[in-house]
Amino acid sequence: MKKLKENIINFLDNHMPIVFPAPAMITLFIVVIFPIIYNIYMSFNKWKIGLGSPKFIGLQNYIEAFSDPRFWNGLKVMFFFSSLSLSLEITLGLLIAVYFNKEFKGSNFVQTIYIFPFAATPVAIALIWRIMLNPQIGVLDYFLNLVGLPGSLWISDARTVIISLVLVDVWKWTPMIVLIILAGLKSLPKDPYEAAVIDGANAFHIFSYITVPLIQPVLITALTLRSLDNLKEFDIIYTITQGGPGIASETLYLYSYKTAFSFFNAGYGSTLIIIVFLLVLLFNVAMNKIRYRTEGP
Amino acid sequence: MNKTKIYKILFYIGMIILIIPPIFVFAWMIMIGLKTGVQNIEYPPLFIFRPTLENFKAVFQQHNFLKYLTNSFIIATFATLISLFIGLPAAYSIARYKQRNLSLGILVARMTPFVSYLLPWYIIFRKLNLIDTFTALITTHLIITLPMIIWLMIAFFEGVPIELEEAALIDGCVRSETFLRIAIPLSKNGIITSAIISFIFSWNQFLFSLILSGPKTRTVPVAVYNFMSYGKIDWAGIGAAATIIVFPVLVFAFFAKNKIVEGLTKGALKG
Repeated sequence: MKKLKENIINFLDNHMPIVFPAPAMITLFIVVIFPIIYNIYMSFNKWKIGLGSPKFIGLQNYIEAFSDPRFWNGLKVMFFFSSLSLSLEITLGLLIAVYFNKEFKGSNFVQTIYIFPFAATPVAIALIWRIMLNPQIGVLDYFLNLVGLPGSLWISDARTVIISLVLVDVWKWTPMIVLIILAGLKSLPKDPYEAAVIDGANAFHIFSYITVPLIQPVLITALTLRSLDNLKEFDIIYTITQGGPGIASETLYLYSYKTAFSFFNAGYGSTLIIIVFLLVLLFNVAMNKIRYRTEGP
Repeated sequence: MNKTKIYKILFYIGMIILIIPPIFVFAWMIMIGLKTGVQNIEYPPLFIFRPTLENFKAVFQQHNFLKYLTNSFIIATFATLISLFIGLPAAYSIARYKQRNLSLGILVARMTPFVSYLLPWYIIFRKLNLIDTFTALITTHLIITLPMIIWLMIAFFEGVPIELEEAALIDGCVRSETFLRIAIPLSKNGIITSAIISFIFSWNQFLFSLILSGPKTRTVPVAVYNFMSYGKIDWAGIGAAATIIVFPVLVFAFFAKNKIVEGLTKGALKG
């Protein structure tokens, strides 16, 4: 019995790099990798859920996508939504972080408040925004009127719907980016700042010639992390507009969901999902390339 | 008044402006929940009114929210515990043996769009007769919690000084003992952090429950979403329900604030 225990421990010790990760990796393979393979397979098939069995049709789904105006619309909406929200979140995040980067009474309080939007359930928050963005009874229209601006149709108008959704996304995620950049700023070396002050540099020069270049790797990492979720934003858009009015705010991701689960078109839906996946992958590879160039390998 | 004092006052005015947006939305959410249905559709919106607790009562009595809260709690707890149990050894091994290929695999798991999991899992669970069961929901929630815990814990384990473990090995400890007796206790903070973040993400998850849950296992995000599909939109009910489901995560976030910030930044800054 004692021998057996010793044997097990010895085996564990000698094969730790395999034995330790194995359970997690096998689980991940089953829950993650298998569905990806399934989707790739299904993207070459024609299949309506509940009707007969999948039929192999080669690349036809992919060809269909490129001539589908709703596909191009989804791509365009995704591009506008993501580029607007990501650039606003990073820019505002940096500016606010620089503002709060000092010792002050209440910094603890600010941190607490800033963790809330990140932690709050997206669907619940999106429903509250849906009420606030209502053109008839919404409080945001009321505020606009209060400062003498005309009301907006917000999510009811195809021209303003994406900007309204960006507003919600920026509200939810900028605070977290502030906290990440703030931690990055706190870990920067002090010497360049002291040298710059001695040389008589003003605040703007210090910001653009010292802070921005030094903090750049953190910005790129934050952007990469954020893009993982942002390119696949679902809860907020699905809850607030469901892609409407019409298809004015229907991202490619939302369209892929609807194709599979509202139109029950599993084959074509899988094709759209694979394309979204490839876009996210491509963006990440590009961001990694940029990061290596700024940091060195 | 001297110059530094003016700067100080200006700074605090700026600070207040910068924390109004997050505070306002939460305050407005609670106020919607405290107004009656009629008060909620009044324009201009009411800022001063006599609060009522009727909506909160209705959410529990008519909409059975206690059950949905319990469901969400069970699913988030089990998904987090299972992820810790199999994720900690994996993260330790990746951190100690610099298994970059494995960490790349974790990244792929985090990049994959959630919609791509729905169809295959729906088909399998329907074949196994597991739709609307905790097994199905906990399994799919591992997709979120497991990569997240491994990702965060790699950074925390890398922070444990290797010298301590080497000293223990010289003293006759075996490797698996150094993991249990040294690495785990020293990264207690990290484990709590990643458990909290994992719990929050599982609690907030909407898409899997939307497709795979049913009357028996419905989670709170789906329950609150359903307030919209009862024909007429019940704004007051939404306000109360949203407040109830956001409350636990905010309490969590409040007490674990420093830990969450540390976890997020550690994960982010190490990249």
